[in-house]
Amino acid sequence: MFYREAGDFKTTYADDNQTFPIKFDRYRYYFVLVFAFAVVPFVINDYWVNAIFLPFLIYSIAAIGLNILVGYCGQVSLGTGGFMAVGAYACYKLMTAFPEVNIFFHVLLAGGVTAGVGVLFGLPSLRIKGFYLAVATLAAQFFLVWLFNRVPWFYNYSASGQISAPERTLFGFEVTGPNTSAWAPYLFCLVLVTLSALVARNLTRGMQGRQWMAIRDMDIAAEIIGVNPLRAKLTAFAVSSFFVGISGALFFSVYLGAVEVGEAFGIQKSFLVLFMIIIGGLGSIFGSFAGAAFLVLMPVLLKNVLVGMLGWPTDLAAHLEFLIVGALIIIFLIAEPHGLAQLWRVAKEKLRLWPFPH
Amino acid sequence: MKLKLATWATAALMTASPVLADLVMPSLSFRTGPYAVGGIPLADGYADYFTMVNERDGGIGGVPVRVLECETGYNTEKGVECYESTKGEGSLLYQPFSTGITYQLIPKVSADGIALHTMGYGRTSAANGKVFSNVFNFPANYWDAASVAINYLLDENGGDISGKKIALVYHNSAYGKEPIRTLEKLSEKHGFELLLLAVDHPGQEQKSQWLQIRREKPDNVLMWGWGVMNQVAVQEAANIRYPMENFIGAWWSGAEADVLPAGDAANGYKALTMNGVGKDFPIYDDLQKYVYDAGLAAGAGNQTGTVLYSRTIYAGFLAHMAILKAQEMHGVADITQAMMVDGMENLEITDAMMEKYGVAGMGPEFSVSCENHGGPGLGAVTQWDASAGVWNQITDFKVSDKSIIDPLILEDSMAFAAENNIAERCN
Repeated sequence: MFYREAGDFKTTYADDNQTFPIKFDRYRYYFVLVFAFAVVPFVINDYWVNAIFLPFLIYSIAAIGLNILVGYCGQVSLGTGGFMAVGAYACYKLMTAFPEVNIFFHVLLAGGVTAGVGVLFGLPSLRIKGFYLAVATLAAQFFLVWLFNRVPWFYNYSASGQISAPERTLFGFEVTGPNTSAWAPYLFCLVLVTLSALVARNLTRGMQGRQWMAIRDMDIAAEIIGVNPLRAKLTAFAVSSFFVGISGALFFSVYLGAVEVGEAFGIQKSFLVLFMIIIGGLGSIFGSFAGAAFLVLMPVLLKNVLVGMLGWPTDLAAHLEFLIVGALIIIFLIAEPHGLAQLWRVAKEKLRLWPFPH
Repeated sequence: MKLKLATWATAALMTASPVLADLVMPSLSFRTGPYAVGGIPLADGYADYFTMVNERDGGIGGVPVRVLECETGYNTEKGVECYESTKGEGSLLYQPFSTGITYQLIPKVSADGIALHTMGYGRTSAANGKVFSNVFNFPANYWDAASVAINYLLDENGGDISGKKIALVYHNSAYGKEPIRTLEKLSEKHGFELLLLAVDHPGQEQKSQWLQIRREKPDNVLMWGWGVMNQVAVQEAANIRYPMENFIGAWWSGAEADVLPAGDAANGYKALTMNGVGKDFPIYDDLQKYVYDAGLAAGAGNQTGTVLYSRTIYAGFLAHMAILKAQEMHGVADITQAMMVDGMENLEITDAMMEKYGVAGMGPEFSVSCENHGGPGLGAVTQWDASAGVWNQITDFKVSDKSIIDPLILEDSMAFAAENNIAERCN
């Protein structure tokens, strides 16, 4: 009916190549953006921002980052937690060393530092592939956590080894620290998420993205047609780590405010982000959002339903949460191995034909 | 989905909040995960104490207490979610029983004006009330514990431990790292050699640390462990035949669940405590009558009388007294969050009060002031008797070495004040 290309004429190549070629899709996208930027900030409170929106937005950035590396370039990585820690500690060191500089630049710089570290740990990917590369990145995970635990310089010699985010402002509004109003950190993260998604989307459909996908699909063939594997793989590591670093910096400074490396950036974080992109859909920006939403929001929703509405004991609810989320993951992956993004794609195909089946 | 979540959440809020006034005590519990072994007795004790108060006295000052439990799994992200979801309900006092969550809540509670009580854990320098307006860590803190342990060793060795080798096996987190600085200062003062051995979360793998202990043969081993790490450490110590009486755990490493898995081999293991242990307190008669016999016990009801259960009974008692104090100060029964902070800050615990509420001897007499949020810093040593299956208190409550700890507290709290631009209060 209303979801189809028919009658939606394009007169330029730019129109033809846009991300959302179908009018309905495009308006839906604009609507989501307007809603997120212009409506949500006025209605959210502390609970919504700290328990739902911040984790969702921040994990989305991490998932986008990892998706570039795993989904687009085919390099399996288990070092996400470690790279997030690099972002967090870089942000902390920058925040405390240069308090006069804007937090926005600290977060971007933290991403830059992480990109450098990512390239360093990406070097083995030139020689080793598949599961073996996963093990090499696992080493990065453990090494980085050990490093931040071991060297007191990283946590400014505090007695407990914790890093705590000092209060920082942007245009006079506090975005980190305890005195923030709910909308400020939300908008701060939202801007960064939007920028990350736009950059990632445009990188992946340009030449760079095609090189990554060529490497992913068959690296020898890619080399023969003129893709430089060194450049392609290392740029994938750099771009991916940049986003992961930004998410780590936000995770520490805006969301949690105080972080302990072993607990916040342990191996379970690497798995969590990896599961997000597997469930959401490898090689899809929408999939990164869908996966992050699924794994962040589902437990909170279940908790609110089981404990808040049904009044069940908290431990029973916590155990059931594991069961239900686990079962849903299995069901989703059996029903659609390519993730939520593929479900969405199929749904869209069906919508195009609806109400006529052929 | 978000819209649905919103409607459900509001529906939940509406059904959950009764019209009547009540005193909301949030309990950020962890009944799941690798630290559940400590989290279950802590949560049960806290809930049972307030159930008893409601059943016996009809609440505090006539206003019933509502314990609002929220599962954190000892995870800081869930801790944030729990804090945000409970603070709007008028929560009076947070006791997260997790140092990681405490570090996150310290700035938040100060901004929101809610009291935070971290009894024997959390940020030690919060004892300085001039900087930490809403955070309390009486009756004792980690640094007191480290000092009490060293004092105990001094007593045992006739006042001289120079040249001895003491190992610290610690949980590699904010919690485990807290005592290190104090122990380093103490090692300078008393001339013992300190050996630091970190155990990573969750603490099930300690083979290499205990091999190192077997090689280095320290005279004493101190342990800052929590959760599953404790039982593994006791078992490993037994495996290398380390003399148990030379092995001293912190007060979060000295519960029944920590020593029972090792069986008879754990006999003689020592641990610090800040509260009286055992069931010989009159309050247990009331608990029996109003809670257990009435079938109102929290959880599985099998934790009664254990060390950690008694600790939250004591924590509940202190919170109870602080609420009474706040009610008395402001002349209102249904106190607000700000009044609760006043109640905590002006709390005075006397022997007569402890006698009256059936907890005589469970803790020391002390009073809190604007400057001092840390209490007297007393600790005692307990020892496990495996055949009887009980912890016996083998020393009196003794004072820590304040000449070492007070300057450290001042230094650390001033650094925090400078970092966060906090002006000193109480002047």
